[in-house]
Amino acid sequence: MAKTVNVFIDGHHLEVPDTMTIIEAADKIGIYIPRLCYHPDLPPTGNCGVCVVEISGNPTPKRACCTPVAEGMKIVTNSKKLRTYRKTVVEMILSNHDVTCPTCSANNKCELQSLANNLGVDPDALPSILVKKPADDSSLSIVRDTNKCISCGRCITVCNEVQTVCALTFADRGIDTHVDTAFSNGMANSPCVNCGQCTVYCPTGALHERSELDAVWEAIFDPDKHVIVQEAPAIRVSLGEEFGMPLGSVTPKKMYAALRKIGFDAVMDTNFTADLTILEEGTECVTKLKAGEKRPLITSCSPGWIKFMETYYPDLADCVSTAKSPMSMFGVLSKTYYAQEKGIDPAKIVSVAIMPCTAKKFEARRPELSDSGYQDTDYVLTTREFIRMIKETGIDFANLQDEEPDAGMSFYTGAGTIFGATGGVMEAAIRSAYYLVTNTDLENVDITAVRGLEGVKEASVDIPGFGKVNVAVAHGLSNARKVLDQVREGLATKGESPWHFIEIMACPGGCVGGGGQPYGNDIASRARRGLALYEEDRNLPVRMSHHNPEVLKIYEKFLGEPNSKLALKLLHTHYFKRSIFNGQITEEITHKHQ
Amino acid sequence: MKYYRNHILVSINETSLAAGVQEFISSLRNELAKNDLAEEINILETGPLGFFGRGICLTVYPENINYEDVKIEDIPELVQEHFLKGRPLKRLMLGAAEKFSPKFNYENRIVLRNSGIIDPENIDDYIGTGGYEALEKALTQLRPEDVISEVKKSGLKGRGGAAFPVGLKWSFTAALNVPQKYVVVNADEGEPGTFKDRLIMEGDPHQLLEGVMLCAYAVGANKAYIYIRGEYKLCIARLENAIKQAYQYGILGKNIFDSGFDIDIEIKIGAGAYVCGEETALIESLEGNRGNPRWKPPFPGVEGLWKAPTIVNNVETLANVPFIIAKGAEEFVKYGTPECPGTKVYTILGDVAYPGLCEADMGTTLRTIINDYAGGMKKGFRFKAALVGGAAGVILPDRLLDVKMDFSSLNQYAAVLGSGAILVLNEHQSIIDLLWSILRFFRHESCGKCSPCRNGTEQLYKLISKIRKGNGTMQDVDLMLFIAETMQQTSFCALGQSPIMAVRSAIENFPDEFIELTKK
Repeated sequence: MAKTVNVFIDGHHLEVPDTMTIIEAADKIGIYIPRLCYHPDLPPTGNCGVCVVEISGNPTPKRACCTPVAEGMKIVTNSKKLRTYRKTVVEMILSNHDVTCPTCSANNKCELQSLANNLGVDPDALPSILVKKPADDSSLSIVRDTNKCISCGRCITVCNEVQTVCALTFADRGIDTHVDTAFSNGMANSPCVNCGQCTVYCPTGALHERSELDAVWEAIFDPDKHVIVQEAPAIRVSLGEEFGMPLGSVTPKKMYAALRKIGFDAVMDTNFTADLTILEEGTECVTKLKAGEKRPLITSCSPGWIKFMETYYPDLADCVSTAKSPMSMFGVLSKTYYAQEKGIDPAKIVSVAIMPCTAKKFEARRPELSDSGYQDTDYVLTTREFIRMIKETGIDFANLQDEEPDAGMSFYTGAGTIFGATGGVMEAAIRSAYYLVTNTDLENVDITAVRGLEGVKEASVDIPGFGKVNVAVAHGLSNARKVLDQVREGLATKGESPWHFIEIMACPGGCVGGGGQPYGNDIASRARRGLALYEEDRNLPVRMSHHNPEVLKIYEKFLGEPNSKLALKLLHTHYFKRSIFNGQITEEITHKHQ
Repeated sequence: MKYYRNHILVSINETSLAAGVQEFISSLRNELAKNDLAEEINILETGPLGFFGRGICLTVYPENINYEDVKIEDIPELVQEHFLKGRPLKRLMLGAAEKFSPKFNYENRIVLRNSGIIDPENIDDYIGTGGYEALEKALTQLRPEDVISEVKKSGLKGRGGAAFPVGLKWSFTAALNVPQKYVVVNADEGEPGTFKDRLIMEGDPHQLLEGVMLCAYAVGANKAYIYIRGEYKLCIARLENAIKQAYQYGILGKNIFDSGFDIDIEIKIGAGAYVCGEETALIESLEGNRGNPRWKPPFPGVEGLWKAPTIVNNVETLANVPFIIAKGAEEFVKYGTPECPGTKVYTILGDVAYPGLCEADMGTTLRTIINDYAGGMKKGFRFKAALVGGAAGVILPDRLLDVKMDFSSLNQYAAVLGSGAILVLNEHQSIIDLLWSILRFFRHESCGKCSPCRNGTEQLYKLISKIRKGNGTMQDVDLMLFIAETMQQTSFCALGQSPIMAVRSAIENFPDEFIELTKK
């Protein structure tokens, strides 16, 4: 039971629960204690030693991040002594850091850089003790540059505790301490699911996406190539903040304009295939419901979740929707339907996806995702890479004139756009499943029970003619585990899952909190971006996927109907079992629809 | 019972084992039998005798004569001279050359009172000297709070280095009403130059077990772990043997002495990290994790092993407890100083005549310990400095030789008694070499968790290496002090907070050496 205690921070008296740490109490009254390894989203580790404060009665300073407040505590956050020690601690960190700020991927976003700058440290105060080591670039998604790592441990905390993937750990001791994968086999040969949350929480440039910018520029400049681009739902609410607009600005039309200025030949939208996914996955769900299936249907859009499932829950692979992700549906259609419609040789089409995600880079390289006869998606750029592209081109994003996307695969409904927030896929699916069962539209399409940032959300939806449909939504893989363990237990003990339909997103907050999102991607900003998507949904003329005219057109002209033979061939996939030791495929566990 | 004219105590420890003591004993037995002395002279295998002679060491009772470095080929002469003719063999006597007779002040021994006297592998020997009486007294006559109050009255302070009052520590944990509590013995003795716990465990393992049981009874724990250095093979074997015997006698296990008190003791072998001597890192390691320290608070006494309240005490600390409970706190406080009652076991090494182990009252001066217990300096050498307290200790010059060795007196000199290791240097040794070696040790043993220690130990090592090679400046010396001070103020655990002790004492007490080496 938390007690309320009186503490004094720099003379300010405040009453706070005794479960709070000093840094939380100080933040509450707007006193910013310099910090480096501490992040409000993660449990503190006390690794960096920057946030030390003086507490009366203690001979040495204490860490504000992990020291709980206590009754009568008198705290000084700034003094001559503290200033000197903090500076020296940061100077020591810099003496073991590869200081290449101008070219670093984290430049201007680096927390070490701004801390050093704020404290006025002398970069030459101490001789360098850095021993350079090669970067781990084995992964298709993430590059790990040990030379920039300050061993704060945030990546390990987020990987092990928030995502429960357990790909990263500290290895060796003392000055040789470094973040590593098991047996130093590299990220590609680890259980890493490529979610990229480590890149989001890394305070420096030690962890970042594997950049494919150069290859995309090459394609754009190649006159023989037809470069078509799609953007995930979350992108349109994550750009403005980087260009002086308020966090959570909804900017799809500026996004199209920027892409056209950059030189993409066709600017379309992933939201279109999000709507398409709803029809494919929704049809799958309704078929299962009607058949009285005891095993649940779980969404398949999140590639981090898919690899996690293949690694840790392969026994549930048959429960995962076979529908490809919206990105991969777009990829395969860009080289079939689109090529056919436009009369372009699919060999000349370069399909680029802009994603809030690092795992999409891995997904795009899955060999089985080549049902067009080519690699369906050629390149994936993260939001951060896209922002770099805009900046490189000198585009004044905030003042761009709105532009419309190219027609064909770009029209989207409110259901498609909320895919980017946790619970969005579920809400979109319910809107259409209701229609698929009853042939009438839901009167109130806002299913607020599945919105918000609670780790696991549950709801029960009454569908006339069928009855109660129980659904669950989990975001962040530790929450996914909670749901999946209950599914396992339900199947083992009662022979049925507690839920009929489950949405899982690898990243906390869903795609708006993806591993490819702009730096400073904390829980609070994820929440803000999620709200922006719901705001866009509310303002769109069409809010249900089954009313998307371009989707109806593609079924009419090309695919036939949802889950048709062609749809199953092009829009559905299958899964593998992977080793928890090295993440490699050990067997094909579900099979492609015949 | 059989009466013998003489008893020969043969020390069985790592050193004598390496010198072939087993073969030696059978040769000695044969030689005695050959001379028809088998019925008159008894051979007893014991733990460490408490002094560090070379090779195989013997003590002969009742004369109380010590021999060192006795070889198999010496046996006939020894038997002829000492046991037939009754003339001690001067040539092999300990300290003969230096005319030194080490103090075997058994009256002033608590922890080591049985060491070298009883057979540590035989529980009957321990019981014969009053062993397990304290446990019986506690379980049958005392309530747990009585045990704690007796320990509080004794003024016993933790002997691992931090000197926290033991009774107080126990009372915090005892007050918690939870189903599971633990006692953990910190036997991960890793301070360079310290091996007191090893000899306590080798010489009298049951005493430690009894201390553990008393502690568990006092705080309400029913499970104890002994976290011990993997290198301490003989200790591990003897503790395992002692635990087995105690179970056989019903002293360990369920419902001991029909009191309703249950206790199990398990040995956990460490992998050699210095930081695992830090109690929270030790707990992490015990849980199977990487040995990194945890933040305090919560202290282990409240939330320790597997989140249960856990008492972590040093071997020597717990080994004092049976005496306190059996004889009473008033007997204990007759030893030592009013502020730091009791005795302290020191390991003395370096350039003294007789490096080894001694138990002396708290407050004995460094000079007395070196001269009376270690036989003074090695012949032909002068005292220059002593590193007191291990790597986490301070370097004292000769002007501080009369400092009293107890926790509070040393504090006045910004020094720590620490684990009780004393490394003595002669006038030819370099303080810079010593400091280099200490800083190399810290660099190697930093766990790497926190940045001040991880980067600081490397910086200090680099700087002292540069100075040692003659490439440094006085600015580098100042920088070392500054880094070490920052580490002291900002490191996560005691490891990173410690290098300042050696760095500052070296620079302050021996400035000339730094000036000399940086002069260019």
